[in-house]
Amino acid sequence: MSANLLELRNVSKVFRIGGLVFGTRLVAVDDVSLSLPAAEPSILSIVGESGSGKTTLARIILELEHPTSGDVLIDGHPLYASGGDGLRGRDYYRAVQPIFQNPFEAFSARKKVDRYLFDAAIRLGIAANRKEAREIVAEVLESVGLDLSRLEGKYANQFSGGELQRISVARSLIPRPKLIVADEPVSMIDASLRMNIVNLFLELKERYRVSFVYITHDLSTAYYVSDFIAIMYRGSVVEYGPSDQILTDSAHPYTELLLDSVPTVDRKWERDLKLPDIELKEYQAQACKFAKRCKYVQAICESSAPPMVQVSGERQALCYKPVEFEPQATGKQAEVLRS
Amino acid sequence: MLRLRDLKCYYHTPRGVVQAVDGVSFDIQPNEVLGIAGESGCGKSTLLKVLYDYVQQPLQIVSGSYEADIPDGAGKVKTMGPGEIRKNWWDYISYIPQGSMSVLNPVIRIENQFFDAVPKNHPLKAKGKKAIRERVAAYLKELELPVEVLKSYPHQLSGGMKQRVLVALGTFLHPQIVLADEPTTALDVVVQKGILLMLTALQQQMENTLVVVSHDMGVHYQISDRLAIMYAGKLVEYGPTDAIFRNPSHPYTQMLIQSLPRVGDRAQRSGISGRPPNLINPPSGCRFAARCPKVMEHCAQLEPAVIQIEDQHFVSCHLYDEAVS
Repeated sequence: MSANLLELRNVSKVFRIGGLVFGTRLVAVDDVSLSLPAAEPSILSIVGESGSGKTTLARIILELEHPTSGDVLIDGHPLYASGGDGLRGRDYYRAVQPIFQNPFEAFSARKKVDRYLFDAAIRLGIAANRKEAREIVAEVLESVGLDLSRLEGKYANQFSGGELQRISVARSLIPRPKLIVADEPVSMIDASLRMNIVNLFLELKERYRVSFVYITHDLSTAYYVSDFIAIMYRGSVVEYGPSDQILTDSAHPYTELLLDSVPTVDRKWERDLKLPDIELKEYQAQACKFAKRCKYVQAICESSAPPMVQVSGERQALCYKPVEFEPQATGKQAEVLRS
Repeated sequence: MLRLRDLKCYYHTPRGVVQAVDGVSFDIQPNEVLGIAGESGCGKSTLLKVLYDYVQQPLQIVSGSYEADIPDGAGKVKTMGPGEIRKNWWDYISYIPQGSMSVLNPVIRIENQFFDAVPKNHPLKAKGKKAIRERVAAYLKELELPVEVLKSYPHQLSGGMKQRVLVALGTFLHPQIVLADEPTTALDVVVQKGILLMLTALQQQMENTLVVVSHDMGVHYQISDRLAIMYAGKLVEYGPTDAIFRNPSHPYTQMLIQSLPRVGDRAQRSGISGRPPNLINPPSGCRFAARCPKVMEHCAQLEPAVIQIEDQHFVSCHLYDEAVS
């Protein structure tokens, strides 16, 4: 048993765009290190806009995409190791389970929905026969508020998006995984039903002691549900820490911009604000990728990449600003600032 | 300016008649931002299609009336109905559709899509393409969009940029009414804010009417002056946005607002349980009765009337009906 349930060590993923000669490199995930402790089940939210690399990161954790460099460890077992010690196949899917974004695409229109659940139980070796599988399926469905008798013999088009997403959650629970990776699980669901799914995650965390990686662009549900939040921007994790601290007292200017853009019902926006446009150049930037949009930008931000700074306790931010404001900056970082 | 009276619009499908908009009455005023909120399948997009006079099979206006007061160019105002309103597309009423990713024609340059949008009898059309191009370029500059987008094809633009081009396309002839269907649903929060602020700034500048359909109550709180809440083809509550957020009166509106999570507030929140009724065979009485926490005996039999609870603020619920409760 390892101290960390999930550990990402300097994970990068580079995609090539265009031809072999004239193509460019797109760094979708840029040197990301994150961990999720094994002692207590917890929910880590990875928050970012489209193109921030959050889905690529989820696919790397789900063993669907090979990282260009870096290691991914689940409970101490490396995922992409060559040789015999890698975690893969059935063992992997017993430990880690996915929930995908679009529940309408996750189920085939020609296959009865309950078959997915029975097949999962039998193929993962959780149940030896259909009778055992039935018991397990009935229990996981009950835990998401559904009844097996209501599902039997029905096809995906006979359910609403919210119900299908509940069935996806139930399916992912069958092997009693330690970790569930949910990629934008509520973005296709009506706002009024989202909270039902999000509350379900909190309930299951307690009941089955399962941890979640919750990928989302919605800061308000991320704040509501998670213990830790990582904010991603252009492939880098720019801020990481306990969720209440990150969103109420953010250290990175990008987190500030994100928070300010959420359409809340507490406070109206200032109407005269100008917002800059997104540029592909930011992906390739050698210095801080956010510098062009940052309101605190200084000369150093555009010349060299900022360090990951320990803001306080478990909080980290990829930014020069906290170095300046917090006394904890190490000697090396202070040196960088002065130079 | 636009008047709807007991409007019923149904889809005639092989499975039955879908009562998507069922007895909606209200007025749209000049110089306001009107929000229409509701879950998917509540009829809000259908209502917008009817407002745009884009009623095509299998959708039909079954009963009720829809009228618009349209200036005829000679200083007079003509009252027009469905079938006539569409002759004033683009310069009187325009529509920004849902799904910016797929609505621009992929094989036509943006510039030519602007040319096509100018109506035949518009004075700009007579002046020729050069005049239109100059006008459009000046307008894009005003919106702080690079003029180069005119020569681009849609696939060369990002999602946010496409949505901005659609906003420009829908507003460059300064229409009196702009209808926007979920204008920011597929976009990131930062881009969403930029587009919403752009829409409202244009509305204030042109002093016209903007109708925004969205399922996001946060968006409505931020930009709309008046808000209409739809549920299962009916208006359940409408009034000034501030009044609705200060004093949400229909149980559905209350639940919609309470279910929103907020940063900085960890209080337990729950979504609305159950699902909206089937509109092919909707239940009698109040259509929200099956999901309503405050349901009373007669809710399932009697259809609630529209009741004014404060100035300009209307709700359709038995809780406020003194004659019944």
